[in-house]
Amino acid sequence: MIELLKLPFFQQALVAALLVGLCAPAVGTFIVQRRLALLGDGIGHVALTGVALGFLTGTAPVVTAIIVSVAGAVAIELVRARGRTTGDVALALLFYGGIAGGVLLMAIAPGGSNAKLNSYLFGSIATVAAEDLWIIAGLAVAVIGVVVVFGRELFVLCQDEEVAKASGLPVRFLSMVIAITAALTVVIAMRVVGLLLVSALMVIPVATSQQFTSGFRATMGLAMVFGVVAAVGGLLSSTLSAKVPPGAAIVLVSLAGFVLALGLGRFVRRRKESAA
Amino acid sequence: MLLTDTTFAMTGGQVTLDRRHVLRGIDLTICPGEVVAVLGANGSGKSTLIRALLGLTPLSAGQTLLYGTPPARFREWWRVGYVPQRLQIGGGVPATVREIVASGRIARQKRLRFTSAADKLAVTRALEAVGLSGRAGDRVQDLSGGQQQRVLIARALAGEPDTFVMDEPTAGVDAESQQLLADTLKSLVAAGKTIVLVAHELGPLEPLITRGVVVRDGLIAHDGRPPQPEGECARPGHEHLHPHTGEREPGSPLESWQVKP
Repeated sequence: MIELLKLPFFQQALVAALLVGLCAPAVGTFIVQRRLALLGDGIGHVALTGVALGFLTGTAPVVTAIIVSVAGAVAIELVRARGRTTGDVALALLFYGGIAGGVLLMAIAPGGSNAKLNSYLFGSIATVAAEDLWIIAGLAVAVIGVVVVFGRELFVLCQDEEVAKASGLPVRFLSMVIAITAALTVVIAMRVVGLLLVSALMVIPVATSQQFTSGFRATMGLAMVFGVVAAVGGLLSSTLSAKVPPGAAIVLVSLAGFVLALGLGRFVRRRKESAA
Repeated sequence: MLLTDTTFAMTGGQVTLDRRHVLRGIDLTICPGEVVAVLGANGSGKSTLIRALLGLTPLSAGQTLLYGTPPARFREWWRVGYVPQRLQIGGGVPATVREIVASGRIARQKRLRFTSAADKLAVTRALEAVGLSGRAGDRVQDLSGGQQQRVLIARALAGEPDTFVMDEPTAGVDAESQQLLADTLKSLVAAGKTIVLVAHELGPLEPLITRGVVVRDGLIAHDGRPPQPEGECARPGHEHLHPHTGEREPGSPLESWQVKP
């Protein structure tokens, strides 16, 4: 393990895991509060087309993924804001289009292969290059910045959109902010856990955290702790055998944490109730 | 009468939702200091009416003004405190009573500024006013329906607005909470606040109401003016010395909503 830590590729992987573990639950708390827990999945599907476009045009896939997933997030938000019943179907169309487009473009792209496709679908943290890491770090700063600057307003928005409106908040702008931030988070997490598992790190740590907390801030803070523990823990546990894929390991570690918290949380609450 | 002196002024207001004409031409002017109950049967359009007054539901025809400005161009949202019908339990993410009440300060807060001492004081007082100081750190999800209603009212109180717009504050509320609500409203009325509330039955609120607007089938069926001369509010520099305020000028707007023991 100690030797591993000296290897640059592993150090980079560790930093990437750390950043994802911090960012995904922070954004995830707002998204879960807003009842959009599956937003990350949707953006993840769309982002695959972005990745494939990168291969097709010879641009860095991370860059094209940012562009396409932000565009997808904006589209999803527009549909949601307008939407009633038609919104659901429109979103579904967008998701399927994203995956199908990605698979197709990847197949015809020079240098595109099933292995590459898989590495984006399920993550491939070991291949995070130094320049990827810079982009990931930049995005992470942007995401945390948004949470710090807009957090108070986003709390009101995600809690009750009408109250946000009646408080004079720029509801449309803030809705875009949260959608775009989610898109950036998806791109950050894409290399670590993969596009199909991105949402797991946005949702599971939040669900875990709320077993213990009473407040919103506390939930977010603890979710970030759980996110980091899961991401780093999953990465480390994947080093035990070359056969263990890190992305899946990270998600399974966080799921295990959730199951543990479910039992523990119940126990803690019962103790509290009997003490009160 | 100048429209800028009115709190709400709707003329020919129509709302169409899913091709259903919910409001079919409403003329309604509400002046500062009025305590208006919007009454009507379920589906009469009374909730839509107050939401349209705030611009939450767009008009399909006619216009509405908030302090003389259309809602889309209105900027002084701190003057209005909206109390929705129910507390939204967002996706299951917990929030404490204090967090929800503190969010009522949002219209008075600037981005990138820390919570000020005035914010904290207003929140503390709002919690005291609705008798929930002891539960400030609890999850709102764990509170009873009546207590959640009090949290919503406290959130509006925390913003220290001039006007309160409440959507069925008494619906599904236990007797204790109803009395507490009536006491809270009484002190708001004493402070000269404008109150517009939707109600099914008035119960203990009845003596506070100065005007009843009955909505039926998207039209105003009855608009009962109170005996007091309310037209006064149009006069520039008008002081809110309504009969029910007595002589007392409240020192701080917050002072007056303390529940008297």
